[in-house]
Amino acid sequence: MTWRPRLAEGTAPVLVVLLLLLVGLAIAGPAYDEPSGYLALLKRAAPLMILAIGQYFVIVSGGFDLSVGALVTAGVVIAARLIDGDEAATTWVILLVLGFGLLVGLVNGLITTKLLVPSFIVTLGMLLVLDGATFLWTDGAPRGALSAGFRTFGRGALDVPVLGEVPWSVLILSAILVAAALFMRSGTGRALVAVGDNEAAVRLSGGQVDRLRLLGFVLSGLLAAVASILLGGFAGVSAQVGNGLEFRAITAVVLGGVLLGGGRGSVVAAAAGALSLEALFTLLNLLGVSGALESAVQGLIIIAAVAYASLGGGLRHRLRSRPKQRNTAQPAPS
Amino acid sequence: MSILQEKAAPADRTAIRPGVRSRLTPVVIVYLALVTLLVVGSVLVGMRGEVLLDQAGILNILTRSTALGLVAIGQTMVILTGSLDLSVAYLIGLTSLLAAETMAGQDGMVVPGVLLALAVAAAVGLVNGLVITVLRANAFIATLGVALILRGYLENNYTGPAGDVPRSFQHLGYDRIGPLPVAALLMLAVAALAWWYLSRTRPGYHMYAVGGDIEVARLSGVPTRRVVVTAHVLCSVAAGLTGIYLASRLGSGAPYVGTDAGYDLESIAAVVLGGTLLAGGRGGVVGTIGGVLILATLDTIFDDLAVDPFFKDVVRGVVLVTAVALYARRMMADRNRGRLA
Repeated sequence: MTWRPRLAEGTAPVLVVLLLLLVGLAIAGPAYDEPSGYLALLKRAAPLMILAIGQYFVIVSGGFDLSVGALVTAGVVIAARLIDGDEAATTWVILLVLGFGLLVGLVNGLITTKLLVPSFIVTLGMLLVLDGATFLWTDGAPRGALSAGFRTFGRGALDVPVLGEVPWSVLILSAILVAAALFMRSGTGRALVAVGDNEAAVRLSGGQVDRLRLLGFVLSGLLAAVASILLGGFAGVSAQVGNGLEFRAITAVVLGGVLLGGGRGSVVAAAAGALSLEALFTLLNLLGVSGALESAVQGLIIIAAVAYASLGGGLRHRLRSRPKQRNTAQPAPS
Repeated sequence: MSILQEKAAPADRTAIRPGVRSRLTPVVIVYLALVTLLVVGSVLVGMRGEVLLDQAGILNILTRSTALGLVAIGQTMVILTGSLDLSVAYLIGLTSLLAAETMAGQDGMVVPGVLLALAVAAAVGLVNGLVITVLRANAFIATLGVALILRGYLENNYTGPAGDVPRSFQHLGYDRIGPLPVAALLMLAVAALAWWYLSRTRPGYHMYAVGGDIEVARLSGVPTRRVVVTAHVLCSVAAGLTGIYLASRLGSGAPYVGTDAGYDLESIAAVVLGGTLLAGGRGGVVGTIGGVLILATLDTIFDDLAVDPFFKDVVRGVVLVTAVALYARRMMADRNRGRLA
């Protein structure tokens, strides 16, 4: 086998788009002449990138997670109510929020795998339950306040020897991204992609399909909790903090060339998709495009990206999907 | 029963199984659940000394069902075809505005307003369908993209309610025949039409075929692209009808009337609650209307019991997941029985 650059299929386009956007930023905004501007962009993008990484694990194994936006809101609201300005409570509340995310992911995964409910429906139900329960618990409006310690992760910075001031969120993001990339190269990571590609084949070759998909949901829940800690710190307490984030994360993942339905795409590309989305918003802002048109541009771009992916790789895709469908169309063994 | 089946001759078994199935289809489960809900709700509301199904109660349930029912009928067709439409919520807002602004308070402009709203809705559906079939974008992303474009248009051009619906047109939203609102009857008529289309016509059968397995449908000579596009156009027209109805209720158009009620995900929930398979190919409008009525009845009961509105969401989520889990179990049981045979 000849050596090829180690880019997963579908990664190149998003990197090109990202590069163009970054060049555009450098031309349009004086703030982007020096690294600090890009560091600020990365800091803003970190929560969405982390959500996209989590969403990637679910999507690549063939599911959807619509509950992450509600989970982010729940995380922030719960933290605010429990901390209520008390610095001493910071540590255990952070652990509790992470645990809560883990639990939500676990429930999503268990209902999907054990009760055979499509993940779209499970996580939609979870979205409703979380939205309702959070506000039921807080009587309709978020109460309490976050401690300064809690908010450090979202808005504070750490003095790193060579790089200077690096925001905490960027450090956390880097750690997660590296861990995710390494994980996807491990046997378990590859099996996760295989589940999205052809579940029956993985099952027949002895793979733990249910356990793998469960793992995807748990990781997504956990990372959504991390994102909620960062967003809570960055943006403060609000009941709207997570609104629409699930769709934005899915958009980012798809923009990264990951196939909805699973089986194709890389986690780094998914994160790059999230960064591109954030860079795009920043660029539109700099160019003076009204905030109202932002979503229209976003809509056009995701349609274009997906159309490009499926038409560009049309033949390859058809060659890949044909045998898959033939497999599932076969009658069950009697 | 299982012993009987296994010992019976194959011919007998085929004679028994359709009977068993028709007794326990998701549609039957939905309506049984609806009746149970009505009984339990009546008792609970009765304990507070009120009546659930009095004139006002029936009116409340039917009025709540009308808007969601119309969207859900369209959503049923799209989901049956193996697709899905996330753009309906913004489309409802857009069509309500188009209808109300065209009417501008004049009786003579009612028909043009309605026609314009429906034409724009059909065009949006056409775009949805073409993006999915020609550009081969995943339905989730395609309709999400169109939804974002519509949202951008709405946010850019409107800040709040606009337009004015003439008094004569408001009759559509408020008139009643006995205890039954006219609009609810119209919604049921649309449902009947959709039922007839899906279960009695060739294009309707094609929708099931495409949703069941698009590759097999294509190989059998079904014009799959046309079927998908048709489903999306019909779905968007149904959303357009919802927008027109809501404009008539509100007296004007409102950009966020569809999204505030969450009609995109809500309609999908109603369809799936009604026993239609999210992956397509199985289900129908009758179940969907049952699902819509269940959601509306739940809301009405909670209102009567003065339950915290946020609790509704929790119950809704649990009901949705539980129902689909039940259907999934039944399907697995069916499949296992099929495998034994």
